[in-house]
Amino acid sequence: MQEFMQQVVSGIAIGGIFASLALALVLIYNAMGLVNFAQGEMAMMATFIAFTLIDRGVSYWIAFPATLLIAFAGGVAIQRVVIRPVERAPVLTLVIVTLGLAALVNGMAGFIYGYLPRAFPSPFPVVTVNVLGVFVSYRDLGVIAVSGVVLLAIYLLLQRTTIGLTMRAAAHHPEASRLLGVNVSWMLALGWGLASAVGAVSGIMAAPILFLEPNMMQTVIIYAFAAAVLGGVDSPLGAVIGGLIVGVTVNLAGAYIPFVGGDLQLAVALAIIITVLVLKPNGLFGRPSVRRV
Amino acid sequence: MLQRIRNAPTRYGLVVVVIILLLGLPTVISSFQAGEWAQALILAIAIMGLNILVGYSGQLSLGHGAFMALGAYTSAILAHRYKVDYLLTIPIAGLLTGIAGFLFGVPALRLSALYLALATFALAVVTPSLIKRPVGLTNGVQGIILLPPDPPQLAKDAFTIVTGRAMTSDQWTYYVTLAFAFVLFWLAWNLVRHRAGRAMRAIRDGEVAAAASGVNIAGYKTLAFGISALYAGIAGSLYGMSTGFVNPDTFPFSLSIQLLVGAVIGGLASIPGPLIGGIFAYFLPIYSNQWVPTQTWIPSQIASAVEKAGPAVTYGALLIVIMIFAPNGIVGLITGSYARLRRRLRGAVDRESGQAPPESQTA
Repeated sequence: MQEFMQQVVSGIAIGGIFASLALALVLIYNAMGLVNFAQGEMAMMATFIAFTLIDRGVSYWIAFPATLLIAFAGGVAIQRVVIRPVERAPVLTLVIVTLGLAALVNGMAGFIYGYLPRAFPSPFPVVTVNVLGVFVSYRDLGVIAVSGVVLLAIYLLLQRTTIGLTMRAAAHHPEASRLLGVNVSWMLALGWGLASAVGAVSGIMAAPILFLEPNMMQTVIIYAFAAAVLGGVDSPLGAVIGGLIVGVTVNLAGAYIPFVGGDLQLAVALAIIITVLVLKPNGLFGRPSVRRV
Repeated sequence: MLQRIRNAPTRYGLVVVVIILLLGLPTVISSFQAGEWAQALILAIAIMGLNILVGYSGQLSLGHGAFMALGAYTSAILAHRYKVDYLLTIPIAGLLTGIAGFLFGVPALRLSALYLALATFALAVVTPSLIKRPVGLTNGVQGIILLPPDPPQLAKDAFTIVTGRAMTSDQWTYYVTLAFAFVLFWLAWNLVRHRAGRAMRAIRDGEVAAAASGVNIAGYKTLAFGISALYAGIAGSLYGMSTGFVNPDTFPFSLSIQLLVGAVIGGLASIPGPLIGGIFAYFLPIYSNQWVPTQTWIPSQIASAVEKAGPAVTYGALLIVIMIFAPNGIVGLITGSYARLRRRLRGAVDRESGQAPPESQTA
């Protein structure tokens, strides 16, 4: 039972990582009805930037927010340069562009930093602490805390501030918002910047566990897809809960189902994606989509 | 007969020229290069399959690498374990993969293009670890080593008469691939010009309108998926024949990206597009990797990084640039400029004769 609880807690910790990346996906989906296939690679690039800063002697707690700012600027820049020219194109075109972006960013990271896995520092020691009879590592607790803070911040930003309201309005009713004087195009760029920053959090949290290298996020993005699909791809809350469910499920399946073991955990994510899409395409919290003729 | 040939459109002549060039190619290049061209043609076949799905029926699959893997492993297991003649296993692999694609297409029906891309993306990433698991069947990480194909006596003799050299297994693989490519491209050409192709394009351009016109949406969408997978399966099987081994890392996720790049570069919804795309997608990283080390101004440490990261960077940049500036790929650029040129020439004639130029056509 104790071991089971420990698996659940570490599942929640990695679930927090998936949830952050899934939330980034949802932010962009809500802004323009697009799943950003480059989200993981953008997060990986941001993590490399954080690594460089820390490597140069910057303290972790300064490097962390600095990286988020850089990631935000990078996200805005990407939207302006790469996405805007095809904003009105069919979804197929947009998806292909984000895939190109993923390959491009991945290759650039390999080009600049090489493919050797690097140890990424974590401010939280890997020492375990006894919480209500369950041994939890500080690192897992730290990941849960940081993810929680970020998700709360995004929630407050979207629901409680004017800029959040404007962003949501621009996403849901672009025409009406434009008439009311909202600069819809810049709101999209803002959405990309925000998503990029949230994704960067997930990358920085994942790096101490997975080791930093250009393909680090390739598996994490699959789990994040599973989380976003499970929670409903247009629901921020759904992404968070979906992330936690996926994290715990994958961890438990890896530990207790001998057939899955360590190397088929990714297949569990694929199974979740396909099952949800076939049985309940809107996920747990998504709004049902209505097609009008 | 002669009249018919004279009246045939120019593109028929072009097709004949291309076929003759491809037939004669191995007689002028080395055996190693023939092997390379065989792989480019294999990519072209897989890209043709992807093109039927993406270009003509408007569904996006990022998992065609997985279907190639299924085809390759079907052939490899049949040939290695059950000693079936490899040539015989190719259509079997194609059919099996086609059925698998058809079955995958049934749940895919319920998905929008976006979700389908997502599910197939996950499929492509998971494939290598899925292959590793049934060790008894797939030989796990080690993979399966295949015997190089032995050309039949007739082909050997014919090749020796033409070139004076003995035919190698690479050259034989090239001709087998070319034969399959020819048949499959011809089938695709017929498919898209007739009922099924029209139905698929109608679905792509407007599902509701197509349904209202009596097109069986579910049927044609799954059909497109099945046919597309069949092409990928045959390509995968040929890939195993040309590399001489299959292992899980032969089919990484980047293979699916390479296929997509090829489809986009050549031009979606065109028949010659996949051929051009396959050649480009195959030779681009090879030639850029050969070119970089010869450039002395690039420091050697950077050169090695370019070799590893280069394909991803060029593929990524190409995908973005083409989608933004030339969404119809190379074929679109060529036919577009040809049409513009002809309009301009005709316009000049019309001006001389005092007629108003005809309404410009929209692409």
